[in-house]
Amino acid sequence: MNKIVKNAKEAIKGIQDNMTLMLGGFGLCGIPENSITELVNNNVTGLTCISNNAGVDDFGLGLLLHKHQIKKMISSYVGENKEFERQLLSGELEVELNPQGTLAERIRAGGAGIPAFFVPAGVGTEVAEGKEVRKFDGKEYLMETCLTADFAIVKAWKADAYGNLVYRDTANNFNNMMASAGKITIAEVEEIVPVGELAPNEIHTPGIFVQRVFKAENLEKRIEFVTEQE
Amino acid sequence: MALDKNGIAKRIAQELQDGYYVNLGIGIPTLVANYIPEGIEVILQSENGLLGIGPFPAKGKAQADLINAGKQTITAMKGAAFFDSATSFAMIRGGHIDLTVLGAFEVSDQGDISSWKIPGKMVKGMGGAMDLVASAKNIIVATTHTDRAGNSKLLKSCTLPLTGVKCVKKIVTDLAFIEVTDNGFKLLERAPGVSVEEIVEKTDGKLIVEGDIPEMNV
Repeated sequence: MNKIVKNAKEAIKGIQDNMTLMLGGFGLCGIPENSITELVNNNVTGLTCISNNAGVDDFGLGLLLHKHQIKKMISSYVGENKEFERQLLSGELEVELNPQGTLAERIRAGGAGIPAFFVPAGVGTEVAEGKEVRKFDGKEYLMETCLTADFAIVKAWKADAYGNLVYRDTANNFNNMMASAGKITIAEVEEIVPVGELAPNEIHTPGIFVQRVFKAENLEKRIEFVTEQE
Repeated sequence: MALDKNGIAKRIAQELQDGYYVNLGIGIPTLVANYIPEGIEVILQSENGLLGIGPFPAKGKAQADLINAGKQTITAMKGAAFFDSATSFAMIRGGHIDLTVLGAFEVSDQGDISSWKIPGKMVKGMGGAMDLVASAKNIIVATTHTDRAGNSKLLKSCTLPLTGVKCVKKIVTDLAFIEVTDNGFKLLERAPGVSVEEIVEKTDGKLIVEGDIPEMNV
């Protein structure tokens, strides 16, 4: 079994206009940079993108937004991207804002075969509009449905040819759940190691969820707010 | 004299207890980490997948893969754990966090909070705030008592889109320490040198004032 492909260009083969994509990362941490660049180069449009954030204006998903390749975003926070906020306020971009925990669980549920579930986040707010409300033990919950994607594009630290993935520090975030929720999952990774080198106890995403793996090149790994001691 | 943001953070830090797991929102709440009382241990949870936030890294040591919910570079303390976002929100939604501190645009005297959207002007998204307020055992809001135009932020009813309903337990402002009770806001303490009259005047919601109101010890 060998899921390794040559590069981002090979990895994104099959991604077409109007597809639904999941893209990992929290802010700029753990985003699949090479894949995003390749999507920009490929000029795919009409995309529905599920991602916690929208990058910044000139990096990450911001690059796809600038070229108007995204029709709809499903996210929880878009504050660091002025272009996103502008497209949202002007109506150019369709946006569905989900509470972050709800978004995480919708994706996890999608990968886990759970079509709907109940959570308390958003009860009594505009997030509850149009949703079923049910009481359990005297407390109100909203019914939320799961999310899946045509392609999930995740970023990991290490992978092997079986598609097993290990993440580093806080760069896991949405990647692990998204890996399970894509019909096809692409893993952009920093290191590919020989099968057997990743200790079974330490694997975060078992390879069954992953279809394609490629080694990233020239990662910028930009930091949004470098914050250090004086 | 009204407290500055560090003063607000200092007063909130006095509510921390040994062994608490705490989530601090962006803005003033993050400053609470600088005032953890001597002799107690508090573990800070970052919604993006870290339990055990450490201090900011030394100069030149910032790591792109290690950030907090505000996208700042941080370190992990000894004994920390990393995990994915679904696990992070299991901690939050499952009621495992002892204290949540967050900012607000408005708080109502029944404990509703608006903190994420100003229609037509600011729609950054709610992030983890709705999850936090819907499930936290204990919520303290850190905020200025009035907005820049001098309007009260402690209201009878929130006018901005809600983050959560009937969930805020305590509020610390630059002027006061207030508890949200079944009967409205209850004034517990005043900022050093600030009068009860000023607090009453600047609070739109129902404010219960009983007996002598002591000054905060900050």
